[in-house]
Amino acid sequence: MPDLHWTGARELARMIEGGDVTAEEIAAAFVARSEAVEPSLHAYLHPTFDEAIDDARAADRRRAAGEARSAFDGVPVAYKDIFCTRAAPTTSGSKILDGFRPPYDATVVARCGAAGLAMLGKLNMDEFAMGSSTENSGFGPTKNPWDLERVPGGSSGGSTALVAAGGTPWAWGTDTGGSVRQPASLCGLVGVKPTYGMVSRYGIVAFASSLDQAGPVTRKVEDAAALLQLAAGHDPYDSTSIPRDVPDLVSGIDGGIDGMRVGIVREFQGAEGTQPGVAQRVEEAYARLEKLGARLEEISLPSFEHGISAYYLVAPAEASSNLARYDGVRYGFRASGAPDIVSMMSRTRDEGFGDEVKRRVMLGTYALAAGYYDAYYGKAQKVRTLITRDLERAYEQVDLIVSPTSPTTAFRLGERTSDPLAMYLSDIFTVPVNMAGNAAISVPCGTSPDDGLPVGLQIIARSLDEQTMFRAAYAFEQDLGWIDSAEGRPSL
Amino acid sequence: MSTTVEDRYKTTIGLETHVELSTSSKMFCGCEVGFAGEPNTRTCPVCLGMPGSLPVANATAIEYTLRIALALNCTIAPRSLFHRKNYFYPDMPKNYQISQYDYPVGSQGFLEISGDFGTKRVGINRVHLEEDTGKSIHVGGSGRIADSDYSLEDFNRAGTPLVEIVSEPDIGSAEEARAYVTELRALLESLGVSDVRMEEGSMRVDANVSVALQGAEEFGAKVEVKNMNSIRSVGRALEFEEKRQRDALANGETLVQETRHFDEKTSTTSSLRTKEFAFDYRYFPEPDLVPFQPDPEWVESIRDALPETPAARRERFATTYGLSDYDVGVLTSSVATSDWFEAAATVYAGEPKRVANWISADLFGLLNEAGIELAQAKITPAQLAGLVQLVDDGTISGKQAKTVLAQMFASGSDAQDVVADLGLQQVSDESALEAAVDEVIAENEDAAAKVRAGQLNTIGFLVGQVMKKTKGRANPGIVNDLLKRKLG
Amino acid sequence: MTIDRAAVDHIARLARLDLSDAERTRMRTELAQILGHAERIQSLDLDEVEPTSHSIPLSNVMRDDEARPSLPQEEALRNAPDTEDGRIKVPRIIEDA
Ligand SMILES: [Mg+2]
Ligand SMILES: [Zn+2]
Repeated sequence: MPDLHWTGARELARMIEGGDVTAEEIAAAFVARSEAVEPSLHAYLHPTFDEAIDDARAADRRRAAGEARSAFDGVPVAYKDIFCTRAAPTTSGSKILDGFRPPYDATVVARCGAAGLAMLGKLNMDEFAMGSSTENSGFGPTKNPWDLERVPGGSSGGSTALVAAGGTPWAWGTDTGGSVRQPASLCGLVGVKPTYGMVSRYGIVAFASSLDQAGPVTRKVEDAAALLQLAAGHDPYDSTSIPRDVPDLVSGIDGGIDGMRVGIVREFQGAEGTQPGVAQRVEEAYARLEKLGARLEEISLPSFEHGISAYYLVAPAEASSNLARYDGVRYGFRASGAPDIVSMMSRTRDEGFGDEVKRRVMLGTYALAAGYYDAYYGKAQKVRTLITRDLERAYEQVDLIVSPTSPTTAFRLGERTSDPLAMYLSDIFTVPVNMAGNAAISVPCGTSPDDGLPVGLQIIARSLDEQTMFRAAYAFEQDLGWIDSAEGRPSL
Repeated sequence: MSTTVEDRYKTTIGLETHVELSTSSKMFCGCEVGFAGEPNTRTCPVCLGMPGSLPVANATAIEYTLRIALALNCTIAPRSLFHRKNYFYPDMPKNYQISQYDYPVGSQGFLEISGDFGTKRVGINRVHLEEDTGKSIHVGGSGRIADSDYSLEDFNRAGTPLVEIVSEPDIGSAEEARAYVTELRALLESLGVSDVRMEEGSMRVDANVSVALQGAEEFGAKVEVKNMNSIRSVGRALEFEEKRQRDALANGETLVQETRHFDEKTSTTSSLRTKEFAFDYRYFPEPDLVPFQPDPEWVESIRDALPETPAARRERFATTYGLSDYDVGVLTSSVATSDWFEAAATVYAGEPKRVANWISADLFGLLNEAGIELAQAKITPAQLAGLVQLVDDGTISGKQAKTVLAQMFASGSDAQDVVADLGLQQVSDESALEAAVDEVIAENEDAAAKVRAGQLNTIGFLVGQVMKKTKGRANPGIVNDLLKRKLG
Repeated sequence: MTIDRAAVDHIARLARLDLSDAERTRMRTELAQILGHAERIQSLDLDEVEPTSHSIPLSNVMRDDEARPSLPQEEALRNAPDTEDGRIKVPRIIEDA
């Protein structure tokens, strides 16, 4: 029997079904692996190992009684600490929410619970998901299992570091501008940003409401499709949830890509700051897609160059409003000794928020302030329209669009903390997708020849066309065979 | 106000009215809407602004808003949006209020008001939907916010659907303002969308008052007046404010833009804050909610289903029932009263006017004494009609009826029963009537003689005399028989 | 572009952030740098372009007016830093600083 902790969730489900292993043995294996790697990674904020083992035992009993909740009943899962959970604190990586206990579960958590998944714990992240390295966590950075000197990416870095290290078969993250895809890319994993409105945002601590979308982090494409299937679908508690049935994302996944039209973005060719090794692996990936029967076509997305500028006005503006509720009144941290309400709120927020959050709250407040709205927030929302139009035009020509996920591989801790703009530019390929609401996935395409670190290929699909996206990613993954090889695992 | 000095000035008033809708659940969550109960017992993650919670709009609240906008003759926006109004306040859980900005549900309407000033149309600038805040209690000092030691927050009210109705600055005096609020309140009550209790705060009115020289190009300094908790307060506060500003200008003082607080006890306003900088609410479209595009057919069906307006009802009561202005005023003071009167009027055979008088004069007298609403009274419309009927057919006198009404009001029993209990009913017992009959015969020798002589038509006169003697209580038939026997 | 101290102070007050002098100084340069990058979209002619506030074409999402159970008081107040008589206690309320 292979190491359980390197085994994908669907494979684990098959093994449980075949009676080769119990859910309890699986949970024990992942708990053991988590405990082994946690000291070097710091992926967890709130482990719930004992509860996970108990839940797995209960799942085994259900299965024995023929009452399994799903094929995954008892399989472990972990959540970015941005998902509200009754069973564990929820901080969104911020000191201002230290010790906060939500009185309710996020819809994603409730649905995975209904399928019987056993929660291993809550994972580290950039504070309020603002960051690309997990260095902005209020509780210390998470390390990349491929190189402990380097960042796992962010903001879902706790999720990607833990999955990459074999600490959980799969995990949930959230992606507002690339926060699932970029860390997945930097950790050699599959990361999905579903169509906006496909996964309920109810119970997910809001960063930028019109861009936030939860997504799976896994080692295998089929597991990403399966985990998304468990939680996706209309939720009456989220007004922006798409009232439509989710198609079967898993069964047709091996359909191949013969004849698929795949677009390569002219503007991204030799884009500023793209690491040569990354460019090389991604070029090879394009060639592999062609070999698999895809028809490559060059497309133009002229507005994409404005994506970052627009994103860093829209997201902070919404965030400045979403984060106004952290004022020390109803929950979380409250600064002590303030004589009046204004100073209490202002001190609470100054002491409770980290630098990046304060920076973006200031930026967003500025972008919305009287006299600046039209020039900044207003214009940015119009640029969003241009980006969407570019994509619609492209989809007349192609079924999918490919690009690097991140211009570089994992960078060193502290390398970019002093230069916010440089940090922001690492989202250049992912941000436009959130602006338009399309679906996208990052799939590993090996390691970079110049530093031996993982490189990710981004595959962008039409809104609600996750099926095509998964088929392409699966075909590529199977043909590359990297994830199942020894190179596909960090030597941690 | 119309002495020549004051006429040099022009008063301009705009009113901003907030109305809590009487839906079962809150605007964006399932928590119950209500007044009573322990603090913080009607809250949930949504109305507490907990991390991760999301709003979902209440369909009935939107329908009520459409009703209000249509009743105020507004244009309904084909597409309306919710915006976030951002400002920090401890009674506001998210530190932004979900409200509407440049795409309100209704705009460009009007409300017709009338009074001694005549009849005029007050423009309605906008009707929009938003959410209410929680409630703060200020502890220490005088209990006013200014000198309190700390405050306590209760979020039961947070998220209650709130409709904001903004008038154009078309109101020219405190009297017109009172008329506007009275008419608006009656209209909202008739629509059944709110209990419009100003004392409880389910209807709140703020005013912008400015006085300037007649014919001046610009308005005077805009003064906002708050804390007017009854229609009476609106009148008093604005009378005071109008005079204060006129006097100030007359004394050559310059008025400043400020917010003033009305004090019920002293009937005066005092400065709360002078606005040296405008608030920056940073409005932007609420990303957690999607646009609202009302189906035109739905809007029309709501328009068609609008109830009779208070104005129309007053008109109808005057013409179809021929009621006096006074009675119309009393009987249309509330929807409940109007319905009560109409219920009584339909059962009553005679002139509705007569029932109206009994309600506005006698019944309301009893209500005031008891200090209760008509709705709480034991007596039913049918019972009152029955009473008036007894007076009409002479069973009891009007004087007796007042006593009977008092009894009915207290016990809730029918007029007939009360009449019986008080022994006011007809007497049919011969032995009881014999004495009266004998007396009448003795007092009317000639008439009696005529009857003996066979002139039976004269017997009617003697029956009448007996009826008189018995204050109409005698049974005429029995009396007739008795007389025939005694004079036969 | 440059952002003066007064603007930073105004924004910090609107955002209820009691920033230190050092932070305010740093904000001036960082905001200027980021907004400077955003200047690139200032040049675009977008007069004819409709803004996108939602990337999905949904409208008229409403719920039926049905009351559901609320949280028990202790649940509602469990995370509150300071309470008194079932209410949340806050320092003296003053107008904007
Ligand atoms: Mg309002
Ligand atoms: Zn609620």
